[in-house]
Amino acid sequence: MPPLEQYSPEYLNAAEWAFVMAATARIIPSDGDGPGAIETRVPVFIDLQLAGDFGNAADLYMEGPFRPDAPDTLGPQSPLTPAEIYRGAIEAIDTACTDEYGSVFADLDPTQQDEVLSALEESPSTSGSTQDMAEDSGGGAMNTGGSTAFGLAPELKEFFALLVQNTKEGYFADPMYGGNAGMAAWSYIGFPGARGSYAEWVGREEDYPLGPVSISGERA
Amino acid sequence: MARTDTKRDVVIVGLGWTGAIAGIELAKEGLNILALERGPDRSTVPDFKYPEVIDELRFGIRYGYMQRPKQSTLTIRRSLDEEALPYRRLGSFLPGDGVGGAGIHWNGQTWRPQAQEYRLRSYVEESFGADVIPENMTIQDWGITAEELEPYYDRFEYMAGISGQAGVVNGETLEGGNPFESSRSRGYPLPPLAQQPDGLHFAEVARQMGYHPFPRPAANASAPHVNEYGMQLGPCNYCGFCARYGCLNYSKSSPQTCILDALKRYENFNYRVNSEVLRVTLAEDGQTATGVTYWDAEAEEEVTQPADIVILAAYSIHNVHLMLLSGIGEPYDPRSGTGTTGKNYSYQMNGGTTMFFEDRQFNPFVAAGSSGMSINDFGMEQIDYAAEGFIGGSYMTCGHSNGQPIRGIAVPEGTPSWGADWKQAVGTHYGHSTSLGSHGSNMSYRDCYLDLDPTYTDPHGRPLLRLTFDWKDNDIRMTQFMRQRIEEIVEAMEPDSWQSSYKEDGAIYDVRPYQTTHNVGGAIMGENPQTSSINRFQQAWGQHNVFVLGASAFPQNIQYNPTGAVGALAYWTTDAIINDYLPNPRPLV
Repeated sequence: MPPLEQYSPEYLNAAEWAFVMAATARIIPSDGDGPGAIETRVPVFIDLQLAGDFGNAADLYMEGPFRPDAPDTLGPQSPLTPAEIYRGAIEAIDTACTDEYGSVFADLDPTQQDEVLSALEESPSTSGSTQDMAEDSGGGAMNTGGSTAFGLAPELKEFFALLVQNTKEGYFADPMYGGNAGMAAWSYIGFPGARGSYAEWVGREEDYPLGPVSISGERA
Repeated sequence: MARTDTKRDVVIVGLGWTGAIAGIELAKEGLNILALERGPDRSTVPDFKYPEVIDELRFGIRYGYMQRPKQSTLTIRRSLDEEALPYRRLGSFLPGDGVGGAGIHWNGQTWRPQAQEYRLRSYVEESFGADVIPENMTIQDWGITAEELEPYYDRFEYMAGISGQAGVVNGETLEGGNPFESSRSRGYPLPPLAQQPDGLHFAEVARQMGYHPFPRPAANASAPHVNEYGMQLGPCNYCGFCARYGCLNYSKSSPQTCILDALKRYENFNYRVNSEVLRVTLAEDGQTATGVTYWDAEAEEEVTQPADIVILAAYSIHNVHLMLLSGIGEPYDPRSGTGTTGKNYSYQMNGGTTMFFEDRQFNPFVAAGSSGMSINDFGMEQIDYAAEGFIGGSYMTCGHSNGQPIRGIAVPEGTPSWGADWKQAVGTHYGHSTSLGSHGSNMSYRDCYLDLDPTYTDPHGRPLLRLTFDWKDNDIRMTQFMRQRIEEIVEAMEPDSWQSSYKEDGAIYDVRPYQTTHNVGGAIMGENPQTSSINRFQQAWGQHNVFVLGASAFPQNIQYNPTGAVGALAYWTTDAIINDYLPNPRPLV
């Protein structure tokens, strides 16, 4: 596996790659316990996802008319594919960063980057996460935030939710998708990956002794 | 291009649980049967084999076994005044796709509704008076009783190899089961699943509080089982990949593990995949169906398939869509309240409280889909609707069905959704939380229904189905009642901290977060053709050779997961077709 700096993106251009590298490094930072997005190669995962069926909206209903400014609770209504949303949003955010701070997102210091990400999260046009954190518990919480310079156009409003979701996907998905390098994120939380057989462990309240395996048979 | 194929005795639309049950039962009678499945073929090997199937991203997150909205979706609005918009990406519910249907990717929670649920309006009126029913609530009786259906539940549970502890057998209450259940003729075919420490802790506390905990009935085999078709289940290995996945271990009951290989041995049964039925064709007088028209994706042509009997066995909302597109029954009009096709769509009212236990290790990845301990002490039949001010009820379960990390690691309220604190929290709390959830009824209402969308179309140029649905005060009061009961139990379980998530006053239906794939109603069964689409034998009132199977028949949603009732009704209907309809085809009511 080449170092991350030598990776040639399939979909993202240089400016977009720099943004994704910088943003995922703040969404799952490297300091503290557990690996960060960079060591686990989350940006590679995101690039490959955007280059494939996910990025191209291969499974989604993409027929018009589109109502991108519809209430978030009616689900995504943008005419753009996820890959196009990344492209449009990164350009808009970098433009806003240049206006506000004098340089693009990737060149800001971490504190400024966190400010920008918080502003995106709190923007009234930001859609809530499409993945549910508590499946059995029903409804999702809504974002209610104030206005900011980083409010995106309605057709791009899902960007921040997608970015956070995709970052977590890359962190925890099987390594064959390009992220979770070395299964480090699985080791961190104690998830054994693709072992798939625990009959002897039912009812035992002890730490599971074996490290993770991947679908291709790697062991951590 | 178009072609007309040779006439069959029976054409079945959809090859999931109900299509497979009808297929094998009618195949045994020697009928010439064709099942049409719009999705691909799927078998345990190669489709569900280890390790490829336990790929969370592909199947748990990107929905590899689900309907692709690009191919088939619907539009959704929350009121008659809102513009319905397409369900462009799956979220709130996940219809299945391909052979096996949603029977591939369920968790396997298998219940029998309470006797009162089949005659809900009568029960409410007799017990509490008609005044307790809100004006816009359109609940109805099913036209069938628990006693009549009991043998068919028994049949389904033994065919599917359900693991559980019976509570009431032939009127006698048994220790450790659900003492409130309708009496059954014998126990479950398999003993209950082994339980995890979180469910066991709940059960102990619940018992001390005077409640009646029991293991949740499971279509995850606790031991080897051979069913009436000679199909074999192996014991579940608690792999933790159940809902959204095919079973790698031949342990989860599904059309694949319980029926299909036996069914495929009948030479008089055939099935075609990638064959989406476009409409049911009716005779000129409209009194019978002549067959179906479907799109053969391989041949790229429309096919006219004549048949003597048409069985709609698609997912609930697709049954309704086909009926609306085919002119089966009069479309329901919420303003006048007339018509029946599309009437009484309802959903499921669930809530839950998450508990954090720093010093306990729950190993969430060690799980079967139906792991967990339940109580039925707040079921529909236990509640005084007049005193509480709502109609409905819930069962409650503590346990976990998977430990897959992308699908969500519970973190304490106030934890940011990203950044250093989020990373720290997932590391700290993974494996140390559990939930106690309520799974509850949802009533039917005059303005919650299905019809055809005026704007959006599918790849065949047909109007999409349009769903109009929102949460109502009655059901919000129900879930808030459950919240109070659950929080009392949670306090007694003594977690380090806990947090609740229940619908509150003013809740709006949000199509994004997954809630449940228990979409019911729209082609409801009942006692007369003015108020229902199908009779008690799931036979269309207007076309006696059309039968409609599945949860589209529920006049309002039960408090339980629907598959048990869907399976029992499929056996009930095929029994009526074989013993009553075939000798003398006619309206059975």
